[in-house]
Amino acid sequence: MRERNTVSLIIIAVLGLVSAFLAAPVEKPAFVRSLVFWQDERVRDLQLKQGLDLRGGLQVLLVADLPAGQSLVTGTLSSAVSIIEGRVNALGTSEPTVQQAGNDRILVELPGVTNREAAIDLVKKQGILEFVEATVANQPQDGAPISTTFSLFRSLIYPETASAGRPIDANQTVSGTRVYRTAFTGEILLNNSRVGVNTGQTVVVFSVKPSAQTGFGDFTGRNIGQPLCIVLDGIVLQCPSIRAALPTGGEISGGFTPEAANSLAVTLNYGSLPVPLKIESVKDVGATLGADSVRRSVFAGLIGLSVLVIFMIAYYRVPGAVVSLSIVFFSLFTLAVYVLLPVVLTLPGIAGFVLSIATAVDANILVLERFKEELRSGRSLRGAVEAAFARAWTSIRDSNISTLITCVILFLFGNTFGASAVKGFAITLALGILISMFTAMVVTRALMRGFFSREIEDEAQRASLLGA
Amino acid sequence: MFNIVQNRRIYFLISLAIISPGLVAMIFNIITLPTHTPWKLSVDFKEGTRLVLKFETPVSEDALRNSLVAQGLANPSISRLGAETDNAWQVRTEFLDADRAESIRNALDTGLAKIDRAQSSVDSVGARVANEVTSAALLAAIAASIAVLLFIWYAFRKAQHSLRYSVCAIIAMGHDVLVAAGLTALFGIFFDWEVDALFLTAMLTVIGFSVQDTIVVYDRIRENLTRHRGEPFTQIVTRSLVETLHRSLALSLVNIFVMVALLLFGGASIKQFVAVLLMGLVSGTYSSIFNAVPLIVAWEERDFWGIRNKAAAIATGK
Repeated sequence: MRERNTVSLIIIAVLGLVSAFLAAPVEKPAFVRSLVFWQDERVRDLQLKQGLDLRGGLQVLLVADLPAGQSLVTGTLSSAVSIIEGRVNALGTSEPTVQQAGNDRILVELPGVTNREAAIDLVKKQGILEFVEATVANQPQDGAPISTTFSLFRSLIYPETASAGRPIDANQTVSGTRVYRTAFTGEILLNNSRVGVNTGQTVVVFSVKPSAQTGFGDFTGRNIGQPLCIVLDGIVLQCPSIRAALPTGGEISGGFTPEAANSLAVTLNYGSLPVPLKIESVKDVGATLGADSVRRSVFAGLIGLSVLVIFMIAYYRVPGAVVSLSIVFFSLFTLAVYVLLPVVLTLPGIAGFVLSIATAVDANILVLERFKEELRSGRSLRGAVEAAFARAWTSIRDSNISTLITCVILFLFGNTFGASAVKGFAITLALGILISMFTAMVVTRALMRGFFSREIEDEAQRASLLGA
Repeated sequence: MFNIVQNRRIYFLISLAIISPGLVAMIFNIITLPTHTPWKLSVDFKEGTRLVLKFETPVSEDALRNSLVAQGLANPSISRLGAETDNAWQVRTEFLDADRAESIRNALDTGLAKIDRAQSSVDSVGARVANEVTSAALLAAIAASIAVLLFIWYAFRKAQHSLRYSVCAIIAMGHDVLVAAGLTALFGIFFDWEVDALFLTAMLTVIGFSVQDTIVVYDRIRENLTRHRGEPFTQIVTRSLVETLHRSLALSLVNIFVMVALLLFGGASIKQFVAVLLMGLVSGTYSSIFNAVPLIVAWEERDFWGIRNKAAAIATGK
């Protein structure tokens, strides 16, 4: 019994040290970081992550802006998400998130972004699709950024087909860079491109608007055997070769997977975003606004905890000190779990953490009150420790289960929110409750067993040490 | 000693006295506020934009208002944030899209005083989001209440009339929500408090805590029902209350320590949140002892105010 408790105490001490290391804001060695394989590799730094409301940044909620009566086709929103994701990744901010929220919304979070105008433009712009003239000799790589006459000067070879275009002027060059000539913009296409199959190959079928058919037929007829590059926002998607004059439209083939073909068809139809989006809400938090609030609240929390420890020791004496130690373990474990999962801390999340500290204290107070009662009823010290935990368990269990139920419901409803404040609260509270049950029933018990393994014979000494 | 159960009418009246002003304030707000809601709503719950502007040099409210009106804002509502030396202002306006908000901030930069962007913020929320957040929050609270009701019913199935325990716990929860929500409405009238997503979080916390606290007291009743079989119900309940009183007081004190520390030293953005939480938590402990449990006895005795009992006690000369 006693040896087993010693083993428990050692395990708890090791867990506490590991947690303290994880929770501490120090650089973690690479081999430790590589252990948390479930975390995204790019952000696997094992640091406490702060949400946008704490570290500052930009949060934009976009909503699909469809004409009345039209409904979203399944999958269009998720392809919009991946397109925006690609754009914000290019922005180079740390840990951007783009996620679908509900049926028709997309939530974009850019923590620590400084150039907010550029960021907003990037998120909401529709994207420009161009067909660019190239030759076999100077064909650009797929995925390469190129300069085009349309992106630089809004000029193209067949200006009559694009509303905003101009004819190309020979002086429109940029020294040192190759400027490709834009033949058409995406506006020449009818929005009915689709995936098809031709002799066993997956192809993308497209059609040209009647007004542009003369120009497209002429261009393709003159450039048979040359590549025609499809360029989206200055990035080359693909350069299929022209096989014949195609006045009304044609097929693009090139060893597509069905997914790649679909994504190209979507791009041809909608420029870039498969659905028009408008900004529904914007949150722009200054970088030090949240930090100041956090610093002051952490300071306040520490003062509150110190008063708590003083009270516990004054009121419950030695057991109070034991419980205070247990609360320290609770805090370390909780922070370590936040780092490991990871949990992104927001203001409501901190509220959940504070409430879970109160829960942890409550569980321990329940035990201590029971302990006093059992001592008064004449039990031995060791007997009282065991009885206290056995008796307190049902109320700790039932009261915490009811709060866990509330957390689950809040989490489910939090999912439907544009703002996920409630969800963050529910997650930290639920984690806190589970960990508080563990610390009360395992850590406090092992500590109490360790401290009160021997009987205190002297009545007066016993009263002053235990407060009972 | 503490005849909480027999003197329940005193405690019910105290609850009433605390809740009534809040109720009046909520009704007053529903009638007078343009949104017809019990509280002043922040942009989290209604369409609009909130700008927090931290200027590098002092500006006056009038100058700020004039600059904003010059930018075409019809009726901006302006209030100072923090101390006078902070130069920080909160401006609430109609919904501004991102470009518009930015152009207004740029115009203030050049026309009035330089804005410290790092300490400023913009919050714009469209009407649909606001409505959905509100209705989802209400639904969440109702769903949570039903789930908790069912859970208590199940957990106390061995006690007689376990449904009564559930109902009384939910009533006590409603009490705590009313206390916190009502006082928030009252402070809204006097100190211009408005409710935001954090207020919602605070209310959800109060709900969770209230039930948790009540269950702890119930648990003792459940235990004493088997340990002291044969004793009158009222006596068992009174015994359980007395036995858990120390724990309730200790926990309340601990909560108060932490919350008051956060109130005094915490960041400005969470002060109102902490205050609501504090009111709710204190109310939660009070209602477990003085409402939830006496209500069960009142139900058992079919005597809400506990007057018949009192009359009987006087008649027998106790």
